[in-house]
Amino acid sequence: MALKAKNQRLILALLALAAIVGAALLAMSALKDQAAYFYTPSDAKKDHVETGRAVRLGGMVQKGSIERLPDGVTINFIVTDNAETVPVTFKGIVPDLFKEDSGVVAEGSFQPDGRFVATNILAKHDERYMPPQVAGQMHKTESLDK
Amino acid sequence: MIAEAGLAALWLAAALAALQLVLGWMGVSSQRTDLLAAVRPVAVVQAVLAGISFVTLIWLFVTVDLSVALVAANNASTKPLLYKFAGTWGNHEGSMLMWVTILAVAGGAVALFERRLNERTLIATLSAQAAIGLGFYAFLLFASNPFARLNPAPAEGQGLNPLLQDPGLAFHPPTLYLGYVGLSVAFSFAVGALVTRDVGAAFARAMRPWVLGAWILLTLGITAGSYWAYYELGWGGWWFWDPVENASLMPWLAATALLHSVTVLATREGLRAWTVMLAVVAFSMSMVGTFLVRSGILTSVHAFAVDPRRGTFILALLAIYIGGALALFGFRVGTVREGSRFDAVSREGSLVINNLLLSAILGIVLVGTLYPLVAEAVTGEKLSVGPPYFNSAAGPLALILVAIMAAGPIMRWRRDDLKATLTRLAGPMLLSALVLLAVVLLAPGIGILPLLGLVAAAGVGVASIAPLWGRNLRRTPLYIWGMVVAHLGIAVSMAGMAAESAFTRETLVAGRIGEEHRVGPYSVRLDDVQPIAGPNYTAIEGTVVARRGNGAPFTLHPQTRNFPSPQTETNEAAITTLLDGQLYVVVGRSDDEGRWQLRLWWKPFVTLIWLGGALVAFGGLLSLIGRVRREMRHAPPRETI
Amino acid sequence: MRRLLIWLPLGMFLVFLVVFAGGLIKPEGRVIPSKLVGKPMPAFALAPALPGKPGLSSAELANGQPHLVNVFASWCVPCIAEAPQLRQLAEAGVPVYGIAIRDRPEDLQRFIERNGDPFRAIGGDPNSSVQIALGSAGVPETFIVDGKGIIRKQHIGAINPEDVPGIMSALGDAK
Repeated sequence: MALKAKNQRLILALLALAAIVGAALLAMSALKDQAAYFYTPSDAKKDHVETGRAVRLGGMVQKGSIERLPDGVTINFIVTDNAETVPVTFKGIVPDLFKEDSGVVAEGSFQPDGRFVATNILAKHDERYMPPQVAGQMHKTESLDK
Repeated sequence: MIAEAGLAALWLAAALAALQLVLGWMGVSSQRTDLLAAVRPVAVVQAVLAGISFVTLIWLFVTVDLSVALVAANNASTKPLLYKFAGTWGNHEGSMLMWVTILAVAGGAVALFERRLNERTLIATLSAQAAIGLGFYAFLLFASNPFARLNPAPAEGQGLNPLLQDPGLAFHPPTLYLGYVGLSVAFSFAVGALVTRDVGAAFARAMRPWVLGAWILLTLGITAGSYWAYYELGWGGWWFWDPVENASLMPWLAATALLHSVTVLATREGLRAWTVMLAVVAFSMSMVGTFLVRSGILTSVHAFAVDPRRGTFILALLAIYIGGALALFGFRVGTVREGSRFDAVSREGSLVINNLLLSAILGIVLVGTLYPLVAEAVTGEKLSVGPPYFNSAAGPLALILVAIMAAGPIMRWRRDDLKATLTRLAGPMLLSALVLLAVVLLAPGIGILPLLGLVAAAGVGVASIAPLWGRNLRRTPLYIWGMVVAHLGIAVSMAGMAAESAFTRETLVAGRIGEEHRVGPYSVRLDDVQPIAGPNYTAIEGTVVARRGNGAPFTLHPQTRNFPSPQTETNEAAITTLLDGQLYVVVGRSDDEGRWQLRLWWKPFVTLIWLGGALVAFGGLLSLIGRVRREMRHAPPRETI
Repeated sequence: MRRLLIWLPLGMFLVFLVVFAGGLIKPEGRVIPSKLVGKPMPAFALAPALPGKPGLSSAELANGQPHLVNVFASWCVPCIAEAPQLRQLAEAGVPVYGIAIRDRPEDLQRFIERNGDPFRAIGGDPNSSVQIALGSAGVPETFIVDGKGIIRKQHIGAINPEDVPGIMSALGDAK
């Protein structure tokens, strides 16, 4: 077992390199599957997001679209970017900033029927900023060939 | 006038840092003792001046001097005194000033107390410390002056995000910052040792207390931050893998690796280059943690756009320090003498595996945290990386790491026998097998990671006490106790995590007043909902009565708080801690039929997560006390140069 | 081999840095090059944010004159810093219109009393919907709109004294 110290060190360094590169490669491949991309309704329509993948959906809560189901904890609403719309279902306690006609970011996945099931509605924690993704994305869709 | 005094003190401190750098540089290269001797006092005075500047800012915040822009933006006269005080570092500029103050004070402490290290190496260390400080001073003075005035002064300040209005959180950033700065001292030592080609056991022993101290504080900071997120956000989770959390986890991972490799260097003179490299990495992670969180770039690259000067400054600082240190490493590491030899199956060998696994986990977290940023910068795509990625990539490695942790401490230095090691681990392995059997039989269908987590926690919990077998406990050195307690803490924390993710029960209902609902073994009833008024918020408070079977009922008071300045609403969860877990209750809104949304969790043994974290920190403290006392006793008389 | 390993960390770091800096320091980068520039103002009609002062609708911004639309709030500190520049622009005859984000009339009244009132009209945007439609990420932000209601320039952050000439020339171009 006893190797020359020099070779020991080399092996150690190689091992370290292999571990880190391996971890990075693993990470990269896992990222391909699991990075949640951010979509606006228009992007979702355009790119056709596969069902069941964790994504984020951002836009405005359409006026008059919030309906509460009889169980009292599930809501349906429609997210719009003034071009396309996506129906969303969410079960849980919505943050206070969640209102009609106001920005929203929902985490969840698309169902085969085109409905988005949200596991989480992101509350905005900073007074001074919109969710940056919404702000940035709105341009994208505003500039879609209207 | 007070603000100007603070600014003047900051300028003076910056000038002294420059002087410290130049004197140290000249002294180390020319070996002139008069120059070398001048550096220590300069470092001490620099620390005092930085301290004055920071105290000035605290004063401006406590007295709510709204003519200072920073105070107007982050403070309000209606805030309770504690939060006016803590508001000082609850913002970008103030936190940077705090950073540099701690840095200067740490440098002063090294100058006053470090007596064992070779004088040239020490002065080189202080110069490196001054170089880091200089970058921060420049950043403060040119890109984010905390003392800038606002003309005219507003009538009322903007207050502070109410989510942050929490006594625990007020002292959360300072704890982490102290940890980051401790790692910067370790980094300075590494640079100093590289400059004077003095990477050896003495350097490792001088660096070790700083690494240990930093690591203890980071452990405490992460544990407290996790608990804060758990009760303050009201989502029932204790770790969200969000970038801010990762930013504090990454330095911790690096510091943990460094702690173990420093031990090899101090005891056995091995892993020299690797230890120096790790010190650089740990400091890099602290810088990344500090800057990325505070600059807001983690939310979006756009944060740079709003203030490009600040962003460029940050990048430049990162480039200079990390790039410079890595280049120095490249030039000098060839001259570092060979370390001692050891076998693959040995204490050193297990520590190497520990280091590799920690590095790999660090790599995974780093990639997951920065990937969205890089992707946005390169392609403009917006995406976020969520818990599924981190859990599936880092979870298995963490399990292997914990398993190695059982074997490492009972192995011999230099060379050990694999069979003998396994024999010594027979007891823990048997226990693990029993736990595996019990869980599979009693709770079929739990996830593979939680299952293995429970199994590993049981085995490692027992194995971690093994180093104490056959020792005279009264004569066992303190640092051995420290290691045992810290390793036990990891096992305890792991047991809590596994139990929480395997056995949590959740109920989400809309209930009328007086209805009974069940969650796990509890029946829960909402008795009343009342509006109440707090010091700077109004709230709706629910009265919830819970009981287990026929046990005595107890009451919880979850709230929904509404803050006017700035307009925000927060859910305050009510949590009751019982012997075998926590009952966690959040009350939401009412609908038009008079039903209230209730979210109930029963989380068995969840408290073990933070108890374990506290144990780990306590173990670190025992070890630190033991090491420092030992060093004092064995301190050589100070060498005259 | 060993030499390579020694320099590898530095190499990796530099690659990362270059990628990162490259993404950030692209000329005018991806830095909110407002896609709205050159597009018409999104349609909106905002109620008056202050009693006794008119509200704001997108229709009245397309009256043949260039305008300056300032997205601001009384609770925003940089908005106080840019107030003198807005006053200066208003005194130079620029029609300045305001959109107050998530604001209350009494706070706004106090803000106007302290910092002057360059606004010809202030629309109240209590839930940020217009702010989102404008693709504005925060306050303050300023838009230059030409006579046809087309957005010609988006200025992010406070208008500093050195920004005033640029704003003036953009207004001139928008004629």
